[in-house]
Amino acid sequence: METEVKLTKLASCAGCGAKVGAGTLVKMLEGFRTHTDSRLIVGYDKSDDASVYAINDDTALVQTTDFFPPIVDDPFMYGQIAAANALSDVYAMGGTPRLALNIMCIPESMDKETVQQILRGGYEKAYEADTIITGGHTIHGAEPIYGLAVSGFVHPDRVLKNSSAKAGDSLILTKPLGIGIITTAFKADMVDEAVMQRIYTQMATLNKYAAEIMMKYDVHGCTDVTGFALMGHSYELAQGSGCTVRLFSDRLPYHREAYELAQMGFIPAGAYRNREYAQNGVTWKRPIDRALEDIMFDPQTSGGLLMAVDAADADACLKELKENIAGAELIGRVEERAENWIIVE
Amino acid sequence: MSVLDARGLSCPEPVVMVKKAMASEENARCMTVIVDNVASKENVTRFAEHQGYSVSITEADGEYTLELRK
Repeated sequence: METEVKLTKLASCAGCGAKVGAGTLVKMLEGFRTHTDSRLIVGYDKSDDASVYAINDDTALVQTTDFFPPIVDDPFMYGQIAAANALSDVYAMGGTPRLALNIMCIPESMDKETVQQILRGGYEKAYEADTIITGGHTIHGAEPIYGLAVSGFVHPDRVLKNSSAKAGDSLILTKPLGIGIITTAFKADMVDEAVMQRIYTQMATLNKYAAEIMMKYDVHGCTDVTGFALMGHSYELAQGSGCTVRLFSDRLPYHREAYELAQMGFIPAGAYRNREYAQNGVTWKRPIDRALEDIMFDPQTSGGLLMAVDAADADACLKELKENIAGAELIGRVEERAENWIIVE
Repeated sequence: MSVLDARGLSCPEPVVMVKKAMASEENARCMTVIVDNVASKENVTRFAEHQGYSVSITEADGEYTLELRK
């Protein structure tokens, strides 16, 4: 639908590209006093997707929040993407989302219909995720923001941390890369509407379906690939797990349009922040095209799950994922800690 | 030689500015672009190289001056 002011024109950064750099956050939180609690299964220390707190022996609470400025001009699609992105962190922990709260900021000039369409998008995705939006908080501000704070549940023994991958695991990624590059190029009118529809649909797709398949197999760890890009999230997974992540550059799924657009310099600033953050942790075993490197550092909005699957289950898991999830690929392997955290071959 | 001041602009605006300048004939052979962040420096470099230009960069006080030649 048309709106008088293009939503994306109100946004200074797009989607997860608006995320503050990982290194910046770590420095800001240094030295703060925090309580310890034996029931806290996942806290801040491992840079994971969500916090997990055991309520009893069978149930743990999963909590997360995510929000960002408009990445698309259609308010209904924006609401869906923001909600799918926020819900994803619960799936990435192996959990099931159940309750959510809206987080919203709207310019006073924004018309009621647009606001309602954003919210309708959020409610639509929450419904699809069997999650109830029970309320929220909305403020006025210059730049629109929408997202959710989500609570879900997981069995305490089945939490999929980004720090519990094991040497030997196969790494499967469930959505193609290149979202940040393509949405940046779209701002410069360099991308066809048909391509954008494919990108929007991917971003609005819940990781629920990939997670449901994942839970049938012996998976040791998981994260979702969002603002810190494939490389930033792989770096966290490797460091957290005390292992090396080996990535197969010729197996990476990405939108083919992103390659030439990266060559032409339509790369979001967040990609350079991600490179700055992770590059010392990467050893390149062979020359990789700069454009492909850029895709590996490209911030993803509502990206796919990156799962560490036990090698014995990897083939079956990948087969079932491929039958149901377009773009799922086996992209690497977890290994004993070697010369660096990430090795790209 | 024309000078494009892309300071204060965020991606993809500096690349769009350079793209437009390249399309106008008088600026097509060589131009100077001034940017004030790493992303703009890298993106303008990538775009210029993709269009067949050579790029030389000097840095001073957090600003980058890119000389583009074809």
